[in-house]
Amino acid sequence: MSTYLIKDAKVLGGDAQDVLIRDGLIAGIGAGLTAEDATVVDAAGQILLPGLVDLHTHLREPGREDAETVATGANAAALGGFTAVHAMANTDPVADTAGTVEQVWRLGQESGRCDVHPVGAVTVGLEGKRLAELGAMADSAARVRVFSDDGKCVDDAVIMRRALEYVKAFDGVVAQHAQEPRLTEGAQMNEGTVSGELGLRGWPAVAEESIIARDVLLTAHVGSRLHVCHVSTAGSVEILRWAKSKGWNVTAEVTPHHLLLTDELVRSYDPVYKVNPPLRTAADVTALREALADGTIDAVATDHAPHPSEDKDCEWAVAAMGMLGLETALSIVQETMVDTGLLDWAGVADRMSTRPADIGRLDGHGRPIAVGEPANLVLVDPGARRTVEPSELASRSRNTPYAGLVLPGRVVATFLRGEPTVIDGKLA
Amino acid sequence: MKRHLISAADLTRDDAILILDTAEELAHIAERPIKKLPTLRGRTVVNLFFEDSTRTRISFEAAAKRLSADVINFSAKGSSVSKGESLKDTALTLQAMGADAVVIRHHASGAPHRLAGSGWLRGSVVNAGDGTHEHPTQALLDAFTMRRRLAGGRGDLEGRRITLVGDVLHSRVARSNVLLLATLGAEVTLVAPPTLLPIGVETWPCTVSYDLDAPLPKSDAVMMLRVQRERMNAAFFPTEREYSRRYGLDLRRMAMLPEHAIVMHPGPMNRGMEIAAEVADSTRSTIVEQVTNGVSVRMAVLYLLLGGNEPALSAPSTTGTEEIAK
Repeated sequence: MSTYLIKDAKVLGGDAQDVLIRDGLIAGIGAGLTAEDATVVDAAGQILLPGLVDLHTHLREPGREDAETVATGANAAALGGFTAVHAMANTDPVADTAGTVEQVWRLGQESGRCDVHPVGAVTVGLEGKRLAELGAMADSAARVRVFSDDGKCVDDAVIMRRALEYVKAFDGVVAQHAQEPRLTEGAQMNEGTVSGELGLRGWPAVAEESIIARDVLLTAHVGSRLHVCHVSTAGSVEILRWAKSKGWNVTAEVTPHHLLLTDELVRSYDPVYKVNPPLRTAADVTALREALADGTIDAVATDHAPHPSEDKDCEWAVAAMGMLGLETALSIVQETMVDTGLLDWAGVADRMSTRPADIGRLDGHGRPIAVGEPANLVLVDPGARRTVEPSELASRSRNTPYAGLVLPGRVVATFLRGEPTVIDGKLA
Repeated sequence: MKRHLISAADLTRDDAILILDTAEELAHIAERPIKKLPTLRGRTVVNLFFEDSTRTRISFEAAAKRLSADVINFSAKGSSVSKGESLKDTALTLQAMGADAVVIRHHASGAPHRLAGSGWLRGSVVNAGDGTHEHPTQALLDAFTMRRRLAGGRGDLEGRRITLVGDVLHSRVARSNVLLLATLGAEVTLVAPPTLLPIGVETWPCTVSYDLDAPLPKSDAVMMLRVQRERMNAAFFPTEREYSRRYGLDLRRMAMLPEHAIVMHPGPMNRGMEIAAEVADSTRSTIVEQVTNGVSVRMAVLYLLLGGNEPALSAPSTTGTEEIAK
């Protein structure tokens, strides 16, 4: 195995130190380290973080390999600084059996760029009617611990209760896509002043908040673990804050795009901004940033949702929902949280690595940067600026809302178990 | 004026007045034995209709033909669109065929905006109704009708009180009318049950009432919006009977209007539901006039968007259309 010596890196944004990587582990940390057999990486001015962990990625394989494959998604993840991602279950076929989750897991292993942890569906076919074989998926080679019908809400309270109860047997977590279906029938964007003016059917905040309120109560009732996907409203934040104050085992994530973009952008009718949950108001964005800073929201998750151009280069009503996220997530978090003073780099490491790894019960990721720990690491140049050029993305799709924008920060290198998956900003 | 007409908000007061004045000039064409001008000779106007609308399509077709444009009617039904062709590919086809203007009716809000802003087409785009968003030429023809009846066909509608009643939530006509009438200085009141008003309506340039009787005595015009019966299942109101009692315009309510006030409806009407048959057929009703005026207004819009920069009727045919339509 290789040996690398990272020189003068600011560990978690702190003082510059050298970090020696040998045999897949962190072998030394300190000033003035030397190692004759090591490849030296000059990291002056750069920040070293634990490899990022995404709780919410859509890799589209099996079924929509024209949009993304596990391999192309893993490449995008590595370039974004991720060493582990959770692949959502809404593939075709749905990842609701041990066989399908093992297939996705093995494809991730073969990619070599990133650990891919499949999310298992909560219900068969995401239909919300019968529990999928959660135990079989947990016992499979993929060792599934996160279960979600993401894309759809588990809206039947009894099914949700049973799922929360059942996953306790293997320390699983139910990740809920909180969307009351009747309140959001035909919904196209955030319900508010802009939807009223544009004549687009609204997706009201209360449709998210009412499900979260119900689910935190169910979680408390059965004593299980709930994770709330892509929180998007100020009201949801208040409910989570209350649930956490009660000591209930509830966690939540926010996407980078909900930390930056607002529903005002929909005035362009450009489907690149069509996403579920929808872009909300500036007041919601402020509340989400504050909640991520104070820990009410535990993690940043990309909700990376690749779509081919024919599904986006069309009129708003028929366009697919979702946007890319893996390759821009860290830059958006830097812009919205670090450069605004809301979070330091240690906080970024917590929200984008430690906490998501803990929620997903991953052993080798989200670990401290310390001797003996797995060398899953990312080097970031916070002073760099880059213009997002869709044609240069590693994802198979191009549906990024940041095309042409200049974003702060650049992932210089990513290490997966001591081997670089990205070096000098390019795939190794 | 801008190159496209997508929203009533695209129009400044001067733009709107120019269109209405031009329409006033062009209205006289209908009184001639030969109802035709050479103004848009050699130009191609495509009526691109993804949604059924005989009334609006014929109105645009008549308008374009009276200006001597070549008209192509493209209906999504039975076309390549029904075989799955995208809006983009349809637009590229029209571009390749040299369309100078595309009049689009679409069931999706924002489709004309997308067509105009995407770079798929070089010609002008006219919104002939998109989803529940806007229908700007309907608002223009309504304003034209009000101006003729209330202001002698001149100027703006400063200080006129207009009441719009009914399903505002799903009405593209209401959205465009509120925007245009506010631009023209009118005071607009929307009347509807709370379930049929959009979120954020308080930010619109109008006042809102749940009570129809209150604004009627001060209204110069009352415009009834069609109740879409297919929405009954969505619990927007309890029964047709209750809706009709609370928000329908019957003879009793019409009697509350000032003597000069007019009754409008963009059609098609549900007689006996939002409007009583006696009201629809009364002398105060402008419903048929609105249809007639629609042709004049759409002539004006096409003429001005396609380069007309002189009074429409002063364009001598001997100079050719090229000089007029720069």
